[in-house]
Amino acid sequence: MNPPQAAADATSAVQEATAVAGAIARHGREPGGLMPLLHDVQDSLGYVPPRALPTIAKAMNLSRAEVHGVVTFYPHFRQHAPGRHTVQICQAESCQAMGAVALTKHATAALGVDLHQTTADGAITLEPVYCLGNCACSPAVMIDGELHGRVDADAFDALVAQLRAEGVS
Amino acid sequence: MSGPVTVYVPGDSSALSLGADATALAIAEAAAARKLDVRVVRNGSRGMYWLEPLVEVVTPEGRVAYGPVKAQDVASLFDAGFLAGGPHPLRHGVTDAMPWLAKQERLTFARVGVVDPLSLDDYRAHGGYRGLANALKMDSAAIVAAVTDSGLRGRGGAAFPTGIKWKTAAGAVADQKYVVCNADEGDSGTFSDRMQMEGDPYALIEGMTIAALAIGATIGYVYIRSEYPHAEATTREAIRRARDAGYLGPDVCGSGRAFELHVRRGAGAYICGEETSLLESLEGKRGMVRFKPPLPAIEGLFGKPTVINNVISFTSVPIILDRGAAFYRDYGMGRSRGTLPFQLAGNIRHGGLVEKAFGLTLRELLYDFGGGSASGRPLRAVQVGGPLGAYLPESQFDTPLDYEAFIGIGAMIGHGGVVAFDDTVDMAQMARYAMEFCALESCGKCTPCRIGSTRGAEVIDRIVANHERALNEVVLRDLCDTMVGGSLCALGGMTPFPVLSALNHFPEDFGLARPGTRAA
Repeated sequence: MNPPQAAADATSAVQEATAVAGAIARHGREPGGLMPLLHDVQDSLGYVPPRALPTIAKAMNLSRAEVHGVVTFYPHFRQHAPGRHTVQICQAESCQAMGAVALTKHATAALGVDLHQTTADGAITLEPVYCLGNCACSPAVMIDGELHGRVDADAFDALVAQLRAEGVS
Repeated sequence: MSGPVTVYVPGDSSALSLGADATALAIAEAAAARKLDVRVVRNGSRGMYWLEPLVEVVTPEGRVAYGPVKAQDVASLFDAGFLAGGPHPLRHGVTDAMPWLAKQERLTFARVGVVDPLSLDDYRAHGGYRGLANALKMDSAAIVAAVTDSGLRGRGGAAFPTGIKWKTAAGAVADQKYVVCNADEGDSGTFSDRMQMEGDPYALIEGMTIAALAIGATIGYVYIRSEYPHAEATTREAIRRARDAGYLGPDVCGSGRAFELHVRRGAGAYICGEETSLLESLEGKRGMVRFKPPLPAIEGLFGKPTVINNVISFTSVPIILDRGAAFYRDYGMGRSRGTLPFQLAGNIRHGGLVEKAFGLTLRELLYDFGGGSASGRPLRAVQVGGPLGAYLPESQFDTPLDYEAFIGIGAMIGHGGVVAFDDTVDMAQMARYAMEFCALESCGKCTPCRIGSTRGAEVIDRIVANHERALNEVVLRDLCDTMVGGSLCALGGMTPFPVLSALNHFPEDFGLARPGTRAA
């Protein structure tokens, strides 16, 4: 491991520890507080670090297996940092009725990644999602928590270009 | 004329997905540049999504609608004098007189799109908290009786009588009881819970508070899916304001009764829309389905008596307590009483929210309201009730929307989602998707669901590939029978509905012959 990489890892280890400690302080005593705690961690870091699971388990008086089970059961929780932007394309029936399958094919080709993958430049993580509640404006796409409706291939390319432009500035 | 002109621009997330924020900003900027006194209110959506962003201006003749208004249309609206309701190609006249809205019977959605969602003054001015005021004067049994007499059945999809659920929980003896709202609206084609939370969140709070009084609960949770960040934010803020105003907290409206309400966020698991799985999730566990009995009303959250209902079930309660059980029961047909907010989605020209009494036909919904397909091609199949609902062919479009009538044709109304497909749809692929989705979302507790769904997708592939087609059709039907009869919950138990309906009504898409004709 080269020195800059080691330094970056140390920084992220500190950030992770701080985020986890904060989440435990805020939710550790809540009844059934594991879900809000994990959301808190992911909201601040973008993911739930696997090396934090023993700390979380101890604070919640659970086994590591139980915490691991919860983190991996729910598709929303991820264990590694995503790209700078997360793009979710709805795959459910209503969006399929309006061309979501073709849109997904276009997106994977345009970005050069499959679903659940991140582009080589680290800009975009592409994910499937199953209903965004925007079914009267299908196909729907969510980008970093913001919803977009009636997204065709051209609109998708424009949205991605906008993300890439933001990344440069 | 004095005072500012009020302009409504929806803050509903579907409206935002079509650029409502940019429209609102453009209106504020144009008003400032022209030195005009304009007050922009971010309302919920009226549910006419083909017209979003739908801008409304308050005029002496009523609220006048313009839509869809993109940011680039704003300058021409000002030029046309839209602040006085002036003529413009995007003008639709007085909103309430628009046929699509005027034909509806909005009880549960009476305020959605009308009020400022977070304004308690608006809420009260439009009939809010009258139901709670009445409930506070009634005993538990009287509240339960009103809900039972109204005929209200669970709007989440199972259609279980709400009053009976409440009565069971009210009768249970425990040191702690809970009220839980299932706002994990995961069915494709449904968005009424989202619209309600974003457009009229106090109705949910009021409904849950009435439930708490009815069963003697002091703590409540709203479990909102992570895909609904706006609904979550609005609900959280509404709870904070309701608590500050004394509608929640240790002493609800000075009654001496306590009710604290919390929001919990889901994490992308469809199965958590199943009530026992949701309770597990609230307890901080994996969303594994529980065996029933015990019923949640007896042993629910943390093992305590719990009423768990869908958003729309709770938001239907205030008007029942306000106007009386008979008022609500007078809408509807047969054993389906009251109204249901139907949601028109998929390949449909005029998609959105249609609240009507039970009893209208699917055809009226699809054509009179929906205007046919968005693509202009013939509608071929319609899935009603989400991913576990049957696909209906045109020959069944005259079925009245009534719980029992739908059960009679092997379908279900569910949460009221209606997804339309035109004639380009491949129904064998939709059947395969139903199995795939079940495999993806299965909690894994029971075998028919966990394994059956994967095998089901494989068998459909073999049928489509003409690999021992006739034999594999038998295998698929047998597998579906096992899933229906042997699954622990509705996910495995009802995934065969879309599969078998596709197979029965559209056999040609599987390469199979229609009964009475020769195989393809």
